[in-house]
Amino acid sequence: MRRFLSLRDFDWTLLGFVLILSVVSVFEIYSATLHTKFVGFYRFQILWLCGGMAMMFLMSVIDYHLLLDIVHWIYGFFMLALVGVLATPKVMGARRWIKLPGGIHFQPSEWVKLVLIVIMARYFAGLVGRELTWKDIFKAIALVAIPMLLVLKQPDLGTSLTYSPVLLVGLFLGGIDWKKGAILILAVILGAGGIWMSGKVLKPYQKARLTSFINPDADPKGTGYQIIQSKIAVGDGGVFGRGATRGTQTQGDFLPIPYTDFIFAAFCEEHGFIGAVIVLLIYFLVLMRLIQNAQTAADLPGTFLVMGVVAVLIFQIAVNVGMVVGLMPVTGIPLPLMSYGGSSVLFTFLALGMVMNVRMSRFVN
Amino acid sequence: MRIILKGIRRRRPERSAAVNREEKVPPAKLMVFQYVIAAVMLVLISGLWRLQVVGAQNYREMAEANRIRKVPILAPRGKILDREGRLIVDNYPSVSCFLVRDQGHDIAADLPLIARGLHMTVDQIQEILKRYRTAPKFQPVPLKQDITPDEQGFIEAHLDELPELETIDEERRLYPNDGFAAHLIGYVGEVSEEMLDDPQYAAYEPGDVVGRSGVEESYDAMLRGVDGSRDVIVDSHGREVGVLGTEPAKPGKDLRLTIDLDIQRAAENALGDRNGAVVALDPHTGEILALVSRPVFDPNKFSVKIGREDWNRLVTDPNHPLLDKAIQAQLAPGSTFKIIMSVAGLQEGIAENLRVDCQGGATFYGHFFACDRRHGMVDIHNAIPLSCDTYYYTLAQKLGIETIAKYAHELGIGEKTGVDLPGEVSGTMPSEEWKLRNFHEKWYAGETISVGIGQGAVAATPIQLARALGGIASGGVLKRPHVVFPGELPAYYRQAVQDSYPGSGDVTVPIDASNWEIITEGMASTTEAGGTAFAAHLDGIDFAGKTGTAQVVSHSAGMDKISSSVAQRPNAWFVGMAPRRNPDIVVAVLWQHGGWGNVSAPIAASVIEAYVDKQRRLHHNLVADTSKPVKDVMTKPVEIGAVWSKPPASEAPRGSPVPALAAIDAGHFRLKPEGE
Repeated sequence: MRRFLSLRDFDWTLLGFVLILSVVSVFEIYSATLHTKFVGFYRFQILWLCGGMAMMFLMSVIDYHLLLDIVHWIYGFFMLALVGVLATPKVMGARRWIKLPGGIHFQPSEWVKLVLIVIMARYFAGLVGRELTWKDIFKAIALVAIPMLLVLKQPDLGTSLTYSPVLLVGLFLGGIDWKKGAILILAVILGAGGIWMSGKVLKPYQKARLTSFINPDADPKGTGYQIIQSKIAVGDGGVFGRGATRGTQTQGDFLPIPYTDFIFAAFCEEHGFIGAVIVLLIYFLVLMRLIQNAQTAADLPGTFLVMGVVAVLIFQIAVNVGMVVGLMPVTGIPLPLMSYGGSSVLFTFLALGMVMNVRMSRFVN
Repeated sequence: MRIILKGIRRRRPERSAAVNREEKVPPAKLMVFQYVIAAVMLVLISGLWRLQVVGAQNYREMAEANRIRKVPILAPRGKILDREGRLIVDNYPSVSCFLVRDQGHDIAADLPLIARGLHMTVDQIQEILKRYRTAPKFQPVPLKQDITPDEQGFIEAHLDELPELETIDEERRLYPNDGFAAHLIGYVGEVSEEMLDDPQYAAYEPGDVVGRSGVEESYDAMLRGVDGSRDVIVDSHGREVGVLGTEPAKPGKDLRLTIDLDIQRAAENALGDRNGAVVALDPHTGEILALVSRPVFDPNKFSVKIGREDWNRLVTDPNHPLLDKAIQAQLAPGSTFKIIMSVAGLQEGIAENLRVDCQGGATFYGHFFACDRRHGMVDIHNAIPLSCDTYYYTLAQKLGIETIAKYAHELGIGEKTGVDLPGEVSGTMPSEEWKLRNFHEKWYAGETISVGIGQGAVAATPIQLARALGGIASGGVLKRPHVVFPGELPAYYRQAVQDSYPGSGDVTVPIDASNWEIITEGMASTTEAGGTAFAAHLDGIDFAGKTGTAQVVSHSAGMDKISSSVAQRPNAWFVGMAPRRNPDIVVAVLWQHGGWGNVSAPIAASVIEAYVDKQRRLHHNLVADTSKPVKDVMTKPVEIGAVWSKPPASEAPRGSPVPALAAIDAGHFRLKPEGE
């Protein structure tokens, strides 16, 4: 029995959860920018969401196998773009964007997430069934490490770190054995330690940000400020929250960038523990639904694709929310579906579109 | 659409090795993900629980501390008024600059700019910040007080660059010009670090303004109000976005002094630029009517922060301008002490019949003790007006030091009077025991002879002499001198003042009526023809008193009386009163290095004249029958109150203030309005 893609097979439940989060995001951006010069940014977010939604639908009808087939070209293109971006002038202390005609700022590092998900899926799906050799492993590491280092050079530590879960998931699902896994973990720890000590790869402010969450009071005016203010904002919310647009930390501009990286802190302050737990629950349901889609995927690459998306999402949620509650360092990783910003919205919806295609494709053929 | 997709799909090469449709990821591996995600969620929720449920109260407070800033509203100090309610010390509006530290703003980098704008040095600012390092962060640090409009403009122009600067309006002390009554009133200043360590100042915080001297200090608790505060909502840039609540400041209470501005002014003018002190009080009650000390300082310079140069000048001046000499100069009282000697001699029954032939001195214990002239036969009646040293040498020898010390102590010599002003000293009344305790030496009988004329180790303050001689003239009733009406103080406060300024207080020393008359008559004769203070004689006023000429170098007493050097010139004392018995006013005058005591008498006379003039302008004090001889009235054995005669011809029309006094009524005035 041959069937074609049908919107009946589209994951409407997943979309429902995603839309709830998007609406929450728009309201919180509205509240968090109310007394800043960014007032009205929630309208842009609505536009981004509409655009993202359209891209999701478009993506959902593009067969992911096509993407798998041409991904090495796309990968090559984006590596060039990442090199190219380093040649651009610095904007706000970093080189992240390429200006395109029409005033669009193209940020290759966001797209690379997607590219890595696809290329890892293709790579590891082909290796399933036999034990991974060191050669296989190093190839995979190289594929991820090249863009990581290029992005780190911009410098953009947060986005760079977001690439690592894709590799981890690939290795895990690709069937790495325990011994190699353990050796790898050890190597990573030693390597990270070496990088830390060498002081070459990481800039001092990046180091400071990474360590300040452990003891933010050591430098309350500098690197610890954001952590302290974020924790105060979250704690200030209490169980029931101070009410929409009533959070003093959010409205008084004490909480840094409350509409992007720290939007969850703003939400926590205004909607309390109950609101925060409900939002986390919805994220949980989204992720569970994605894993379910991975399980039911028609083929291995489909599973790998969806799990790649799951890995990136849970990584971002864990790091962002962890940062907001003071368990994680400040890395500049946005909260997917909540933080303001076109790149983040586009990535999330494109990734979801891909998942939709995987789900819809299982009935095809 | 379907066709396009079909096309795409068809082009998909089947060769792809990656696509193995039969292979599946083991469900167990995906389940691991589910558990990992669940675990991550639980960790995050526990993080939220820790902050939002367990720590909610704590973080709520921190959020409030973030956004609420307490802006102090400084309470104005109470005004200081004279006994008739005329203004002596007022306040004027002023602006102070504060620095707010509790912001995410690097203050250290701004210091050079701030220093330039406020005309300070970076070191000065850092010094101030150091002083406040232990104070809570939300408490603004007072940077500069009483800033100029120019500096105010600087702060306003840099609102955005220097959000940590804040201005606060406050009321600042305005004292009379030229140091008028400066020692009496004292001055205010920022509470010092040493004071903050003192439990007495427990209620004070750094930066508080506190009375540092005079009435400002002794009645600080009364004069200072309670600062209020405004709870302002600010954003992270320190900008005010709202006001949460205001607690108004409670202004300090106005304080009415016993000082009479007219008398004070007369005393200031009378003493002029002379180095010394004048204290005038009402012996019936102990109310101080005037208190002057010279040289003066300008308390207005203290009301902000006194400059180092000004301060150095004040503390290194050999004439000690900061000393309130009325209560802090302890000097040999000279012949004024003879009144105390007379009380002792008469009460002991020795003086009444003592007759001494003065041949310009006498020899005691092998030493010659000089008198200033040959008085011939002297008894107690003329010994006082003539101030014959020989008589009192003899009397001292007969009384002995212990008896003299007993009477002197009873009359308050060597004891604090308990005046409600800070820093009073007790002076010295020597005795055998005193010498043994302080010098571990035996008392030599020869020393008693010098004590008899108020020399030797005897040291008294002007206020002690005013109280003692005024009390003796009042029949032995001595009162605690004070500058604030105790009846106008709350009971607990009245007690606290008495406890804080202990002293002899109110004492009655028994003096027989006949002795009392002898002494007061003697003092009255002092200003009559033949008396030592005849130059200060006041027609129509029953003006009595006693001069004193105290050698500054006591060891050379009687040898080097006339010295060309000013520093060697004796201190000129005069204690005068009117009327002679039960006086209404007693004035003690000290003129350091003034020379003979008679030069001080006119100073006291002008104060008394001013007092009498003033009384005469009041209806109820006028004598109904001016034809009645003054002498008759005054020879009555007991006199109550003053009875004045003969208003001077030049008296100003009743009811309208004298021009010179009009300036005083206005509050702030020059010391010599007519002279400048």
